[in-house]
Amino acid sequence: MRWIGIFVGILLFVAGYVFLWEEELQPATELSSTEATKVYQLANGMKVIVQEDDRSDVVVSQVWYKVGASYEPEGKTGMSHVLEHMMFKGTDDYPAGEFSEIIALNGGRENAFTSKDYTAYFQSIASDRLELCLELEADRMQNLILDEAEFKKEVEVVKEERRLRTEDKPTALTYERFNAAAFESGPYHHPVIGWMHDLDKMSVSDMRDWYNKWYAPNNATLVVNGNVKAEQVISLANKYFGRIKAQKIPALKRDTAKPQQTSRYIEVALPAQVPYLLMGYKVPSLAQANTADLESDVYALEVLSGLLDGGNSTRLSKNLVRGREIASSAGAGYNPYDRLNTLFILSGLPSAKSNISELKAALFDEIEKLKKTLPEPIELERVKAQVIASNVYEKDSMFYQAMQLGILETTGLGWEKKDEYLEKISRVTPQQVQDVANKYFIDQTLTIAELKPLPMDNMKTPGSAAAGGRHGN
Amino acid sequence: MEIKSRSAVVMLSLLLCFMSAGLQASPRILQWHTKQGTPVYFVESKQLPIVDVRIIFDAGSARDKGHAGLAVLTNALLAEGAAEKPAQQIAEQFEDVGAQFANGALRDMAWLSLRSLRNDRYLQPALTTLKDVLSKPTFSEESFQRELANLKISRKAAKQSPETLATEAFYKALYGDHPYASVVNGDDASLEAMQRKQVLNFYDRYYVSSNAVIAIVGQLSRAQAENIANDLMSGLKRGIKIPALPQVKNLDAAQTIKIDFPSKQSHIMMGQPGTQRGDKDYFALYVANHPFGGSGFSSRLVDEIREKRGLAYSVHSYFSPSRELGPFLIGMQTKNEQTDQALSLLKAELHKFWQQGPSEHELESSVKNITGGFPLRIDSNKKVVEYLSMIGFYHLPLDYLHNFNRRIEAVTLDEIKSALKRRLNPEKMITVIVGGETHNSQTKADQ
Repeated sequence: MRWIGIFVGILLFVAGYVFLWEEELQPATELSSTEATKVYQLANGMKVIVQEDDRSDVVVSQVWYKVGASYEPEGKTGMSHVLEHMMFKGTDDYPAGEFSEIIALNGGRENAFTSKDYTAYFQSIASDRLELCLELEADRMQNLILDEAEFKKEVEVVKEERRLRTEDKPTALTYERFNAAAFESGPYHHPVIGWMHDLDKMSVSDMRDWYNKWYAPNNATLVVNGNVKAEQVISLANKYFGRIKAQKIPALKRDTAKPQQTSRYIEVALPAQVPYLLMGYKVPSLAQANTADLESDVYALEVLSGLLDGGNSTRLSKNLVRGREIASSAGAGYNPYDRLNTLFILSGLPSAKSNISELKAALFDEIEKLKKTLPEPIELERVKAQVIASNVYEKDSMFYQAMQLGILETTGLGWEKKDEYLEKISRVTPQQVQDVANKYFIDQTLTIAELKPLPMDNMKTPGSAAAGGRHGN
Repeated sequence: MEIKSRSAVVMLSLLLCFMSAGLQASPRILQWHTKQGTPVYFVESKQLPIVDVRIIFDAGSARDKGHAGLAVLTNALLAEGAAEKPAQQIAEQFEDVGAQFANGALRDMAWLSLRSLRNDRYLQPALTTLKDVLSKPTFSEESFQRELANLKISRKAAKQSPETLATEAFYKALYGDHPYASVVNGDDASLEAMQRKQVLNFYDRYYVSSNAVIAIVGQLSRAQAENIANDLMSGLKRGIKIPALPQVKNLDAAQTIKIDFPSKQSHIMMGQPGTQRGDKDYFALYVANHPFGGSGFSSRLVDEIREKRGLAYSVHSYFSPSRELGPFLIGMQTKNEQTDQALSLLKAELHKFWQQGPSEHELESSVKNITGGFPLRIDSNKKVVEYLSMIGFYHLPLDYLHNFNRRIEAVTLDEIKSALKRRLNPEKMITVIVGGETHNSQTKADQ
């Protein structure tokens, strides 16, 4: 059995390993901490955040890099995401597939995700296996091979992913075009997965450049949540990441988006069955809210989005889905944790007895109401009750909590913002909600996209190609 | 696997793999019956001040009886008005106390779930609303018409999704005249013919205490959980026994179904009737599938289709066990031009696997992955309450979780090979392909 070789290996390498650690390593410094959250920085600039949670024997480990689609230059969109795929393609010590195989053998689950503002890698695993994850992550932070043949296959995988997620989904395709129209220029114009024509041109040397540029300890944050001790995590983190050299991180591409002057309207005609409406207004993100007033705007917008779509009792369900029965579904969404200024989005599918223009008019009515009339205190209380309860419920998910911390650190907000959220939301007044509606829901920054279904003409009814009776008796 | 690493830690971790399996603690499950005779499954979880309640009925689409969509529609209407209160008020009552209510219906089961803060100030009103929704739904004509109309829109939206169309065609071909063939969300004809009266009858028949199972996890004592369960069931009729579902018949021939669709990818599904809960071959089949297409990057399908050839983003296989035989299913999507290549690879891999089973090494790795990952299955209240529901609904033994790793470790290569041979037949697969060829030329012109 091949395992015998491995046992022999263990004995040999344990000795060699200990010896290796005689090398000097600077200690990590504790930055700031609360009882729940401990935050450190390694000498090379890498941040480490630990949350101790002894509810189970599991640990979640996430490594976050400050790089994503919004960092990518024109013509090379999708690089961050393809690189995320390539991070599973091996180093000298752990050739392609071994990372995953080792994690699997230890009962772990792992994956990675890329957004416009960040790329993150994670494992969920029995808590006594954390060290393994850290060692493997530290290895691929510095030693990724980026083989050309592997890249050529993997970029085809990503194109299939693009077909699956976007090109064959009329609503996703509509959203992609809506987003590109709203952000006519600037970092948020491009889809995270990249345009197909950019994927067609991408090369392995693009990957190497991108990896060398951004994958460094001083551009990364490790978040660990689970049945671990903070001191133990920081010492392991220092052991594996501590000796990786810091490097100069390029200045971020400036947000070059031209300010929007007039409303934009696009039609997306596609083979589809159901029309779909998207409307978005430009609003500040928390990271860009550099004054106290702007910051309270952000929290007021968050409450406003709760008033519209925070539950089954809120206005869009109450008035558009039930009430007037104009929408078969309707939603409002706002992500205050984007790195750059962002969109407040309203969307919906018209009901059977309605159509896109009635739905649009009804959404505008809701916006007018918010502008003209103060929301009822009871509505605000309800939104806040949800927020308070969710703050408790989310403790049931280690992964979600780690994710919140990772996002806050990686978008430049700092993890402390997590603890402020509840209080800031509870301070929002009806007047502030009305004020932000008037301030931000204006025609000049509005973008509307409509999916206009075209006939799906080459769709045929199922036919049996091969011979075969069916069920036996 | 040949580890070329120079790392002691990786080695040690691999060593740990050999030693620690089977030692994990599983939650202590208490089980009893309410005064009405409904089984209750309860786990006390002290750390968080929250309570999760899940009520499950044998009222999934398998009970549609020719009215596809009836189970889903009935379930969706529960919270659309109850105890003389309109839907709006019901929603407000949950949200005023920060409670999260959800519901749904699948093939076997229909369920309602509530998550609430533990404090009685919030929990008691949320439970009262849940009881109203459960035992006094209004099913007003207005709500019925609205939800039905919305189901019809979902039905239209399904027709723009090659994945949904493939799934539907697959289940139809797989199950023929068995109740599992019913389209969960309804089909054109069934939705057109749907009557409010049918919903009322369905509710009366299936939403009864003798057809329910309750799962509770949270910061409660057993006595408190008993009171909750008794009270929730007290508004329901006891009902009469629901007959068992018919057995699923095996396929007697292969069938290939091709649906032309204007998509860039073809969605491929291949499968057969597979296994059911409580099946004596269940663990052997579950472990068998793991290295074939059930374990992501370490599976043969991902290796052959994605890693070696870059043909797909997602390729997988699974046994989906249900009350009666659920499907064994292989699924993937690839651009239309590659469909034939992908199909023959899938068939070849399946055939090889069926013939030979996994290697000794694959079996060993799979067992390590599954058993080592056991703590992840139960690391939140949400996951535990879902396990309780499954154990209760499918009458699995109370020590199901406790013995899970032992059962996995006991699976032998011979058992797997024998189970594969007996339970699958690569010559009689249903194959569904939804996609296009005509669209390709247009795609190229676009670029």
